[in-house]
Amino acid sequence: MEHDVVVIGGGNAALCAAMTAAEAGTSVLILETAPRAYRGGNSRHTRNFRCMHKGPLGPLVDDYREDEYLADLMKVTAGKTDGELARLAIRSSEECLPWMQDHGVHFQPPLSGTLSLARTNAFFMGGGKSLVNAYYRTAAKLGIDVLYEAQVTHLELAGDQIAWIDFSHGGESHRITPKAVVVASGGFQADTEWLTRAWGPAAKNFLIRGTPYNRGMVLADLLDQGVQSVGDADQCHAVAIDGRAPKFDGGIVTRLDCVPFSIVVNKNAERFYDEGEDVWPKRYAIWGRLVAAQPDQVGYVIIDAKSLNLFMPSVFPPLKADTIEDLATQMGLPADRLRSTVDEFNAACGDQTGFHPTELDGVATSGLTPAKTNWARPITEPPFYGYSLRTGVTFTYLGLKVDENAQCSTQEGPIKNLWAAGETMAGSILGQGYLAGFGMTIGTVFGRIAGREAAAHAS
Amino acid sequence: MQADLIQEARRQAEICNACRYCEGYCSVFPALHRERFLTDGDITQLANLCHNCRGCYYACQYTAPHEFDLNLPKALAEVRRDSWESYAWPAPVARKFHTHGGAIAIASVLGFAAMFLAIRLIGSAGGDGFYAAFSHGAMVAIFLPAFFLPLASLAISLKKYWSSVGGTRIDLKSVARAFGMAAEMRDLSGGHGDGCNFEEEDRFSHARRHAHQAILYGFLLCFASTSVGTLMHYFLDMPAPYPLWSLPKLFGIPGGVLLTGGCVWMMSLKLRSDRTLGDGNAWGGDFGFIALLGFVALSGLALYVLGSTAAMSLLLALHLGSVLSFFLLTPFTKMAHGFYRLTALIRDAQQRQA
Repeated sequence: MEHDVVVIGGGNAALCAAMTAAEAGTSVLILETAPRAYRGGNSRHTRNFRCMHKGPLGPLVDDYREDEYLADLMKVTAGKTDGELARLAIRSSEECLPWMQDHGVHFQPPLSGTLSLARTNAFFMGGGKSLVNAYYRTAAKLGIDVLYEAQVTHLELAGDQIAWIDFSHGGESHRITPKAVVVASGGFQADTEWLTRAWGPAAKNFLIRGTPYNRGMVLADLLDQGVQSVGDADQCHAVAIDGRAPKFDGGIVTRLDCVPFSIVVNKNAERFYDEGEDVWPKRYAIWGRLVAAQPDQVGYVIIDAKSLNLFMPSVFPPLKADTIEDLATQMGLPADRLRSTVDEFNAACGDQTGFHPTELDGVATSGLTPAKTNWARPITEPPFYGYSLRTGVTFTYLGLKVDENAQCSTQEGPIKNLWAAGETMAGSILGQGYLAGFGMTIGTVFGRIAGREAAAHAS
Repeated sequence: MQADLIQEARRQAEICNACRYCEGYCSVFPALHRERFLTDGDITQLANLCHNCRGCYYACQYTAPHEFDLNLPKALAEVRRDSWESYAWPAPVARKFHTHGGAIAIASVLGFAAMFLAIRLIGSAGGDGFYAAFSHGAMVAIFLPAFFLPLASLAISLKKYWSSVGGTRIDLKSVARAFGMAAEMRDLSGGHGDGCNFEEEDRFSHARRHAHQAILYGFLLCFASTSVGTLMHYFLDMPAPYPLWSLPKLFGIPGGVLLTGGCVWMMSLKLRSDRTLGDGNAWGGDFGFIALLGFVALSGLALYVLGSTAAMSLLLALHLGSVLSFFLLTPFTKMAHGFYRLTALIRDAQQRQA
């Protein structure tokens, strides 16, 4: 079984590359590390695609032009992006949406809880796993071969070419020599040891929101051989999620939206940051780092009865008690300390008549450190509810540096037959921060470019 | 209702409520997302809104081997069957059919056919056509109660259902919306119009929707044929047999063909589908019911084709036996789902308006 193009990885970017290469007439093999049930990497957990458009397009309303899109990206990355590649990703996104539909992806009309995103983001009907299913069906029709549970162990870089690929499958080692290789195998966040080397011991307590199969083996192998990298190993997209979430693969349901209506304390029952700093989607990502900096990398959210219905339902029910002391005991917090933290907070709350749950309402504490600058209402109405918070890592930023053709390089110049797409090169565009749906944009745009270039090289 | 089934469905539904990726697939998810805390009645209502199309299962990132182990189509199918059994009157009959459906269907068809043959042997009919085999009086005496008793039973069951799901005063708008949804079987279109996932994993197809529509419309045509025949008999003094170009035949023949074909198609889809995504305990009953319905239609058609041959009396006995079984078993078989589903759709329309 000899193939022109081998794609390493099995998520969105890999599938886009594989389908594009196959449509260009080459024979394609996908090597996916995960078993079939877990195929698709982090794309399984995604939900939408951020898309530029000059007018209504598919499910998208109004328009969302290049400059606004780029400005949004600049805001979240604080300028840490490659402007050329960013513009390429943004511009190409518009033609991607109909391409995605042509390859089996269904989008859904604007939804109840996400109306603010109906202009900028197209939502997959059924979410990322249904997109992945659609792409695998299309791939099968295109004659693409897929090996599941195929772990790539080594890419031999000889001069300016990948000479061969070693991988294990079905308990045996294999060596293949394709003409072109696309790496789309994600980040390394599921390798706790690597995370620990980059982050320090705190990383042992991190939860991984996505697939347990993104262990960065191919990335490490290529970096060891001098392939150029981008991003820092200690940069990752980390959010605060429900502390009871599974170690791996908890996905979207482990998010907790209740922080703005709460006080958050550490294991010593002390507050440590302004819970009301900004609307939650914007501040969500910084709480991963805030919690990571606390003892044992854990935080505790305390709300009362009047706030329970103000945020999205969570996957695990909150702990519930009639008194703050009871709640503290259930959560393993020092009861008297929590009591005094709550009393202190309550005493600092002022006029709440302007309370407005969905916008910055300026209902703030006075004379309290740290302050709560919005939605500050005393925690007084039983029953009281508590959630624990832990740091949840979505993906890492360290990756392969690529050019506008998605091609990888060493210091000596481009590697003639190696391209990268998806999270494994996203750091080339997304230096820090995150923009909802932009990971899928990068994966789709650069997956298609990588597939096109790999096919052109192979034929 | 069984608390463990409801509790498992609730566990899963709460995960769905925190995810919401499936919002666009069918009526279940918008209904689910309306509530933060799901009462037992809410779960029962969701169960009866579900068509077991499996779109959500194949899209779900939390199915086994994931530790959340979601299988919402199965969880709701189990609650659904349990709800029919619990609200059915008299209840023990329902429980038996769902577990021994095939055997009960065969036994009752044969039993009733034997009964009709016995009637034939005892009394001479003295009429024309089929009435030469069985007198019109005998048929009415048997079928009138066999038609109305099940309807009364269903009415009692649906009343219990309605109060358990918190139904309010029924308005015309809700009823119209519910009938519209049922007529199109919109919940089987997958939300995007490419159909559902039933017979071949995550492939979208309209097969189940179309098979289901063939059964529904075939059944309604057959029912119309019988109704028109009854009216013609009583009000126009036009007793059977009817010629080809008559309303009973014009409804009955296409209806019978649709119904037979729909049932065969549905059985073949069911055989290809993954049984672990449905209610394992109801599989036999469901299958028995579709087979019975298909046999009603097929024997009716056979009667039309072979009505002038010697096989007629035997065929007629079998056909009447199957029709009688079908009517009498209606409140306790899958047939009840049509009534429950329509009721659930009316309740859903009410909640959408609220």
